[in-house]
Formats: sequence, structure tokens, C-alpha cells
Amino acid sequence: MTADPQFRRLARFVSPADRGFAAIVYAGSILFALLIVALFVELVLGSWPSIVKFGPSFIWNSAWDPVNSKFGALPMIYGTVVTSLTAIALAAFVGIMAAVFLADFAPRWLAAPLSFLIELLAAVPSVVYGLWGLFILAPFVRTAIGPALQHALGWLPIFSGPIYGVGLLTGGIILALMIVPTVTAISRDVIAAIPRDLREASASLGTTKWETATRVVLPAARVGIFGACVLALGRALGETIAVTMVIGNRPEISASLFAPSYTLASVIANEFTEATTSIYISALIELGLILFLVSIVVNALARLMIWSVRGSGA
Amino acid sequence: MRNQHLGRRRIYATLGTLLALCCAALGAAALLAILGYVVVQGIGVINWTFLTQLPTPVGVPGGGVGNGILGTLIIIGIATAMALPIGLLTGIYLALFGRGSIPEALRFLSDVLSGVPSIAIGLFAYAVLVAPLKHFSAFSASFAFMMLMLPLLVRTSEQAIRSVPQTVREGALALGMSNFRATWRIVLPTARPAIITALLLAIARVTGETAPLLFTAFGSQFWETNPNSPMAVLALQVFNYAISPYPNWQAQAWAGAFVLVFAVFALSLGARLALRRAMRGFEA
Amino acid sequence: MIGSFVRRLGALGVLAAMTVPAAAATQLTGAGATFDYPFFSKAFYIYSQKNPNVTVNYQSIGSGGGIAQFIAKTVDFGASDVPMNAGELGRAGQPVLQFPVTLGGEAIAYNLPGVTVNIRLTRQIIADIYLGKILKWNDPQITRLNNGVNLPDMPIIVVHRSDGSGTTYIFTDFLSHVSPEWKSKVGVGKSVSWPAPSAVGAKGNEGVAGQVRSTPGAIGYVELAYVVENHMPAAILQNKASKWVTCSPDTIAAAAATKPDVSPTNFSVVDAAGANSYPISGFSWVMVYKKPADSARAKLVYGVLSWLVGPEGQANAKSVDYVPLPENVQTTALATLKQMQH
Repeated sequence: MTADPQFRRLARFVSPADRGFAAIVYAGSILFALLIVALFVELVLGSWPSIVKFGPSFIWNSAWDPVNSKFGALPMIYGTVVTSLTAIALAAFVGIMAAVFLADFAPRWLAAPLSFLIELLAAVPSVVYGLWGLFILAPFVRTAIGPALQHALGWLPIFSGPIYGVGLLTGGIILALMIVPTVTAISRDVIAAIPRDLREASASLGTTKWETATRVVLPAARVGIFGACVLALGRALGETIAVTMVIGNRPEISASLFAPSYTLASVIANEFTEATTSIYISALIELGLILFLVSIVVNALARLMIWSVRGSGA
Repeated sequence: MRNQHLGRRRIYATLGTLLALCCAALGAAALLAILGYVVVQGIGVINWTFLTQLPTPVGVPGGGVGNGILGTLIIIGIATAMALPIGLLTGIYLALFGRGSIPEALRFLSDVLSGVPSIAIGLFAYAVLVAPLKHFSAFSASFAFMMLMLPLLVRTSEQAIRSVPQTVREGALALGMSNFRATWRIVLPTARPAIITALLLAIARVTGETAPLLFTAFGSQFWETNPNSPMAVLALQVFNYAISPYPNWQAQAWAGAFVLVFAVFALSLGARLALRRAMRGFEA
Repeated sequence: MIGSFVRRLGALGVLAAMTVPAAAATQLTGAGATFDYPFFSKAFYIYSQKNPNVTVNYQSIGSGGGIAQFIAKTVDFGASDVPMNAGELGRAGQPVLQFPVTLGGEAIAYNLPGVTVNIRLTRQIIADIYLGKILKWNDPQITRLNNGVNLPDMPIIVVHRSDGSGTTYIFTDFLSHVSPEWKSKVGVGKSVSWPAPSAVGAKGNEGVAGQVRSTPGAIGYVELAYVVENHMPAAILQNKASKWVTCSPDTIAAAAATKPDVSPTNFSVVDAAGANSYPISGFSWVMVYKKPADSARAKLVYGVLSWLVGPEGQANAKSVDYVPLPENVQTTALATLKQMQH
């Protein structure tokens, strides 16, 4: 669905209202862009001392030693990427399936309350997720989910090693819970907005409701759903408090999903309020900058993926 | 494609529907599990005193989170007042104006913004609104919240406006409406439900945010209505109480969390009901 | 219906806010360590009841945050687990007064299913556990000390603070005192690089306590208040005088009393001498400017803080599981504060 060229051709800025309107719209958009650019600039300014001191090796160094002012971001980048990918994989599957159900299958009396409950997951404060994760989910992973996975698939490196309860998997699950409302609510709206004619046309070909939903409606809603997932992924990348309580906070790279790890946002949340030397503060802000860049890379890759599938003009 | 496969396709359809149902149920069940835990931990504490009184130290009975509730309302109110126009205008721009690389770049920036950790945005708000002015303020917290809400609003309003059928837009223009009136009177109202959903989702999200508040709103033990001063925020109180050792405070943390979720619930319900009433005479 | 209820609630809130008398009281602000928060909230509340013209808004944004805000002069006083160092004092640009206001001690909590008595550990064993040299609970070095206790054949899961904190500073200071290997390999700091292979980081005292409580085989260091309130088993340690001591307000105060001349440059009381001293103890600090810009406010700040370090203020500590300063330290603190121009 490209921006309608006909609309613009028909529209001429004939009245003062139109000129004013255009001006306000442009102003709002420019302000929006400026805010983001200012954020980027502030991040760069704040991390400049660290950039100067450590250079690009900051990204591939593995030591995080505040006592000796040795800083390297690699384990945190790894942890961020793995937990976020785990989270979006889980949340996208569950969320899109739930959205399909809510939009096309659920009876009226069920759809509204169920949607509501899922959306409320977004309102739960991060610290509550963190504590619930620490006291309920982590032991559950340690005693039930972990051993089950290891029993069935322990030969895979991602399910090997000791199970602490806290770790990449638990972090991924908590994040998934936090971002599922975004995926579900937006996807549901997108799916519901697909014109009825498309569904009726499919039905007239003799397809089952399920086939219509998965083979006709979902592809048509692809762009919107993708947008929902991108927003959700963004939240996963930047989540701090909930993750830091269940991830184990160990700056190490390990193949297993059961291993404790560390994320970029967690480090910042954990150490910023107590960092007192300026190089330490600067290194932490540089982590924020790296997160900004990780977000750029992930979004760029996702866009490339979409373009390669359907051609330009999202 | 004849009926020989119909049986199998029907089975897939049933299984698929069941799977979708399970996923939806899973999401709802997770919420109920978490909410249940919160309720069990905190239900004994919630009463009128809790909702309307100031916090008291450990061991002094009768404390509450009244100022946190008020602060949350004020800060989110200001944040929404700032985020909604900017987000909506940008969404209008992306949907209806401009073509090619500039809107694409703007969409990209919006997606990138959604990935910035909330604590980094809090630091940004600190650098821009707290450090130069030499005091903390609720307004700086609203600014940080606004940045958190924007990506969602921009993306969704663009999507919602684009979903408005071409026929509707053309009809409006054919009647001789100016660009502005067509958008304001016809397109936006049609897109309203989706935008409201996004707004509620954005509000839900920032209601639970704590990290940006540490350097912006700062927190307070007292009543405050001036956006230019430090202010108590419920999410911050929940955080401070939750990480304390005292069972009494911890119970208040859970109770506060419940109030947060319930407030968002009430807000969403209220907004949806109001919307339904408004849309009743308006068939799209 | 619900909408109107919400509206009414909001109106009630605004009304309540408006009917609160316009601040005749001056509101002082302080920021810093989370450790001090419960004690401060109790003490300042009591103070405001006796002196209604002064209220104190203290927020626990962390020691580093407190120092930063203090340097930026956005608050009247700062609070920190570790006094400001030379670099920070330089950035402040003006003479700063620092004095201790409260005491804390760190218990070694653990989770051993089936073990009902408090186990005994020497200081060296704790260091070796955190260095990763002792890996199992039934290691001979531990069983030798605990005859009759059925220590399980479980790996020791070492829990530490993931967030930078004064608690970690005090703990690593302790480890550096008792283990030269720790001192050279890891060092002292609010955030360090933990060498144990099974080390797991948890956020905040609550996080460490929670992690230990829900992970069998875990060991961790937590502030006394958390161990008391959560009824967690804590190890009995052998102090420098080779006596076995539990973590309690008395043993912590005994450690602090060995340094009556505590100062911002000489403040460590870990591994203190004395038969009753608990080895992992430390002070918490407040900082003010010697010559604050606003003299009216300075007067009020002096009033609050001098009350806080005196016997009346310190009496509030016990009710929130904090340790009052020993009298000799109270004297030192007050003497420092008296230098403030007010």
C-alpha cells in the first residue's frame, strides 16, 4: 500500500488552511527528526572520551573491569542480540498466532476481554517482571523447562551446560512476555483492517477459514505485522530492569542458552548511578551509543529482508 | 483441488485454530499468572488510605502512594499532550505527503528510536532539561516519556491513515474539501480506533518505566503539582519499595504495581467505551 | 461510567493537592546511596514532625548519582557509601565536608537445603570461594570447620552484585585485606571483574538475597537488614582476633568503634581488630559544602544533619535494622559538620 499518488495529485494547496496545514505537518515531522538527531549527538558527545581512548577495539574486547578501567563491549553485544532474538522469535510466533485468533476466529464475547488481558501485559512495571522472573520463572526454568530441554535436545550446544535458572533463556522469555502485547495488539488491528472482500474472495475458492487466515490475510498484512515486530524488537533491545534481574549479569560469551550473560542496557542500568570516574561514565554512554547502532543495524537488515521479498516501496 | 484433500485440510485447519487459540490463551494466562502473584503479595495493603496518603517510613503505619498516583497522572498527561501531536503529524506526513527517501529515512529513524534503552533517553532528558536548569522536574520526565511514546504513535498513525480506503479520501476531495478538512474531518476519525490503541499501548508502556525517572522526575515524599519541580511517580515508588528488605514496604510495592496495572486497565476500558459511544452514529 | 470514576478520582487528587497548605516549610533535597534510604526516610520524618518548618526530600539514585548531583549543586547534600575521592573533590571546586552518618554490615547468606545450623567460615575460605578456588560445599576446608553438619556435594554458586555499589566496595575491600591474591588479581571497587567460574550477578541487595533464596547451593553477601527481614541463614565468621562472630548490630558497632578518628581518607573498618568485631563492616557518608551559597538554607541543612548524627537521630537506626554510630564516631562526625558555615 504505497502513499496514494492520486491523492496528492488531486490535492492542491489552494486554501490558507491547506498551506497552514502543510506547514504544521512539516514542522511536526522536522521536530521529530531533530529530537532523534539530538539524541544521537548527545550520545556521541558523552562517549567521546571513551571512543578516543579505546577506539574500535571497544567493540571486540571482552574484558569489563572497572577497577582497572578496562572496558570491552563484546559479551554485552552478544547477550543483547541473543536475548532479543529469542524474545522476538517467541513473541512473534505467539503474538501473530494470537492476533489471527483474536481478529478472525474468536467470537465477539471472547475477543475483547482476551485482547485486553494481553494488552495489559504491557502495563506491568519492569521491576515487577524482574521480581516475578527471579522468584517464579527462574526456578521454573531451573527445575522444569531447563531439564526438559536438556533431556530432549541436550546434544545441541545451545541447550548444554549447567542450568542456573537465570540466564539467556530466562531473559529471552521475560522479554518475550513484555513485547507480546505490542505484536499482538498491532497485528490484530492490521489484520482486522484487511478488507473483507479479500477474505470473501478466498472463501469463494473453497478454502478453509484457517487457510484464508494464513495464506491470504497474513501475507496481505505482512508490512504492518513486520512493523509491529520491529517495534517490539526495539523494546526488547532496550529493556533494562526486568532483564538485569534474570540474566545473571556475567560478561561472558557462552554457546548455551542456559548460561548467565549480560546485555548492553543492563550494564548501563546497573553501573551508571555508581560510576564516578569520567572514563567509566563515558564507557557506559558508549554502550548506549553501541545499542543505538545495534538498533540501526538490526533495522537495516530487517528492511533489506523485506525489500528482497517484495521489491521496493514498503 | 478436489475433495480428496479436504479431510486433511480440515484437520490442519482445526489444529491451526487450536494453536492460535492456545497462543492467545498463553498470553492471557501469563498476565493472570503475573497479576495473580502481584495480587497475592499486595492485596492486603490496598485501601483508601493507601491510595490517598503520603508515604511513611518503615514501621510507621498508614503510608500510601497518593502522591505517586498524582505524579504519574500529571507526567503522563503532559507527555501525551506532547507526543500525540508530534506523532500524529509525523504519521500524516509519512502517509500523505512526501515520497521517496526522506519519508523512508524518517521511518528508519523512528524504528531506531524504539530500540534506544529507556535509561539512555533518561540521560538525554537529563542533559537537555535538568543539567542546564540545575533542578529536577516532572517536565523532564514527561519529555523522556514522550520520546518513548513517539515511535509507536508515528508508526501506527501512518499505518492507520493508510488503511483508510481510497474511496473515502477521494469522496471527500470530490466534495470539494480542502486537503486539511479532508484529513481532519474524514481520514483521521476513520483511523481513530487504531490510533487510540497505539496511544493506550504507549501509555501502558511508559506507566511502568522506571529507569528514565531516576535522573528526571527524581521522586518526592510530598505532594507536588508543579511540573517544574521534582515529583513522585508510582513506578519509581514501586521500584524503591520492591528492592527494600522490609516486608511491609515490599507489600506496598506489589500493591502499587497492582494499582498501576489497574489504572491502565481502567483507562483502556474507559477510552474504548467512550470511543464506541462516539462512533455509534458513524458507520465507516 | 468508569471514565467518570477516573475523572472523579483525578479531581479528588487535584483537590487534595490544592488543599495541602502552600509550602510554608522549606524543602531540602538530598540524593545518593540506596543504602541510606530507609534510615533517612525514618529519621527525616521524625525530624519534620519536631520541626515542621523543614522537610527533607531524599531520593536514592545511587552514590554516583548523589555525588554527581552534589557537584552539579542540584541538591543540598549528597550521600555515598564511599567518600568522594580527590578527582571528585576537584570537580566540586569548593571545599567539601564529609562525615559518616550510619553503619552497615554485610552478612554472608547461603542456601543449603537440609542444613539447619549456621555454618562457620573463615575469612580465607570466603576469599577462596569468591576466587573460584573452592568449588563445592563439601570441600574438606569447609567440612573441617563444621563437624556434624551434613554439607551436600553441591557446587557453590557465587552470587555478587551486578550493579555498582558501596556494598561491593566494602566486600572487596574486605577480600583484599584477607587475601593478597584477591588484592592483586581483582582489587577493590564498586564494580569489579569477578573471577569465580560460577559467578552470577544480581541487581541490588534484594536481587542478591532473592537469588540466594531461590538457588540451592548459592552464597552471597547482603546488607544485614535483608538477612534479618527475610530470615535468611548467615555464616558465622572468624574475625581477626580469631573469634567467631555473627553479623549483628553489636558486632558491627564494635568494628566501627575501633576507628574513632575515621576520616574521608581513612575510612576502612573491614577486618577490624577486637574480639567482638565483625569483619565486613563499613560507614556510609554524607557530604555538604563548607560554604553553601544560600546561607538561610545552610542553617536548615546544618540543623537537620547535626541532629542526624547526634544521639537523637541515631536512635532511629535500630528500628529499621541499621546500626547507630558509636559515640566516639558521633563526636567526630559532629566536629566535622561544625566547620560548615551556617
